[in-house]
Amino acid sequence: MTCQYGEGYGNPPLATRPQALRLAPVTAVVEAIDLHRTYRTTTGTFRRRSIDVEAVRGVSFEIEEGELFGLLGPNGAGKTTTIKMLITLLIPTAGHARVLGHDVVDDAHWVRERIGYVFGGDRGLYERLSALDNLRYFAELYGVDPKRQRARIDELLELVGLEGREKERVEGYSRGMRQRLHIARGLLHDPPVLFLDEPTIGVDPVGARELRQTIAGLKDAGKTVLLTTHYMFEADSLCDRIAVVAKGRIVAEGTPRDLKGSVSEGVVVEIEVYGIEDSTVELLRTIEGVNSVAVEDRDQAQVVVVQADVGREPTHDVLARLDGVSLGRVTTREPTLEDAYVALVTEQPVAVDG
Amino acid sequence: MADAAPAADHDRTSPSLRLARVLAVGFGLHLKMMMRSSFDGFLGVLWPLFFATIAFLMFRAGAGGESLVFASFGAAVMGIWSSTSTSAGSAMQRERWHGTLELLVSAPVHFAAVLLPVTVAMSALGLYSMTATLLLSRFVFGVDLPFEQPVALAFAIVATVVSIGAMGFLLAVSFVRYRTAWALGNLLEYPVWLIAGFLVPLALLPAWVRPISWVLAPTWGVDAIREAASGGGPWPEMGLALALGAVYLVIGIAVLETVLSSARRAGSLALA
Repeated sequence: MTCQYGEGYGNPPLATRPQALRLAPVTAVVEAIDLHRTYRTTTGTFRRRSIDVEAVRGVSFEIEEGELFGLLGPNGAGKTTTIKMLITLLIPTAGHARVLGHDVVDDAHWVRERIGYVFGGDRGLYERLSALDNLRYFAELYGVDPKRQRARIDELLELVGLEGREKERVEGYSRGMRQRLHIARGLLHDPPVLFLDEPTIGVDPVGARELRQTIAGLKDAGKTVLLTTHYMFEADSLCDRIAVVAKGRIVAEGTPRDLKGSVSEGVVVEIEVYGIEDSTVELLRTIEGVNSVAVEDRDQAQVVVVQADVGREPTHDVLARLDGVSLGRVTTREPTLEDAYVALVTEQPVAVDG
Repeated sequence: MADAAPAADHDRTSPSLRLARVLAVGFGLHLKMMMRSSFDGFLGVLWPLFFATIAFLMFRAGAGGESLVFASFGAAVMGIWSSTSTSAGSAMQRERWHGTLELLVSAPVHFAAVLLPVTVAMSALGLYSMTATLLLSRFVFGVDLPFEQPVALAFAIVATVVSIGAMGFLLAVSFVRYRTAWALGNLLEYPVWLIAGFLVPLALLPAWVRPISWVLAPTWGVDAIREAASGGGPWPEMGLALALGAVYLVIGIAVLETVLSSARRAGSLALA
């Protein structure tokens, strides 16, 4: 497997990083150093009990100048929590983070002046105000020169394709238009570093493609970008490097090519089943040579996706353990990039104790 | 590494000028936002009118005359206070729901400069109900309202709005940290009506309550308005209202950093 685990700040090794970076260390624009974040929540109505939930469990990475770095992982993996620590909204429970060499806790104000934050979804805008009013307000909050504000807003409206619609109230905007307005808002003060938290979530395919073009344009403009997403293809098409996050930890880091290389060999068996117990799935995981087992719902049936090492033909063993389960079609194919992602976030080959 | 200086478009005017702009633009946009809900506006006017009507009927049945004038101005300021106390909490809650609270906190400007225009806009919105209450007392209840010093009266009203806005700011600081603190605003609405002497002269309250009245800016604000309307000397009361407003601001700003740091530690900014 080309994509390695474990090195640097107690995290997976960065063996997949470009050789030049390891030979000549460069001061990173964004540095996360063993970040931890725990939330306290309560359960029960009458007999309340506090529970500590570890959302981030020691995340470390570096982003170089002009790089588009992706944090890829499923919902609840800790991506947003990590980004919120980097943009000064959350104080880490342990560990440190620096942006442009400044600590995000000690120099929060300094950092805020130089970063932009864009998140996905409907929220984060004043619905009763127009796009123009929203941008005008945030331009003021971000200290954009009053003489340049209107010109800057016009530039950004054109960049995100909202020119001519800026006087309409945001409540009438589609999800895609809101998202483009979010990006314009994040760019108002022309920050060198941008944090984009799932910017294409819920946007239709055409709108998402346009947003990805805008994001690619940011990199071309020399911005350093941290992008979180749970779409593998999005990370693949946009990012220079990707860190895959699962259950609060980085389980792999490297270029998209490295990640693809990690699964270019091997075999995937897909078996259509009609009702499968968790215990049976666990049983499949014990087969020698099997790297991961995932179950996907498709219409009335489920599909068990088994990934195995090269040279292993697990079909016979898998079918033997599915004795008694109603089976449908069985197919064997070569693994894809998505299989790599699924394997990483479902299996987590490195020990993720605690 | 990327240029560590802020972008070329960065505002290089003096910090005080920039602060004034942030306050003015924030005030204007929040007022615009609040005024755009006709239902909220309708309630904002109608709600205080019910209370004012009860007060007028009671005073008319009792002493009448001067007391009705006293009650008219008191009921008018009640609207400003109610608008601020009940709305300050819901406004912060609304920022949470809209997901804008995090954006405001992460902006590179002191959060006090973001928060203050919101609460002052709310108390300014209370001018709606103030006007409606005065019109009600004049045209429905036939109270002969004096306007002896119109200029001083205008100043007194502005001073009252600003000082009540500052009081709302102090409340809003707690709403930033505690999600359910909006209930505190509702809880304080009626006691302040009483303790600030909106409808009942402070002389009628027990002696131990009076020190509480003295530290409430609305007490002095409503006094200043009454003095200006009746031709007295409103300036000392006006000064006290503004001074107390300044004290609330200083306290609010002093605890704001601690409150924000606590919210960032607890991760409560995004919780709705």
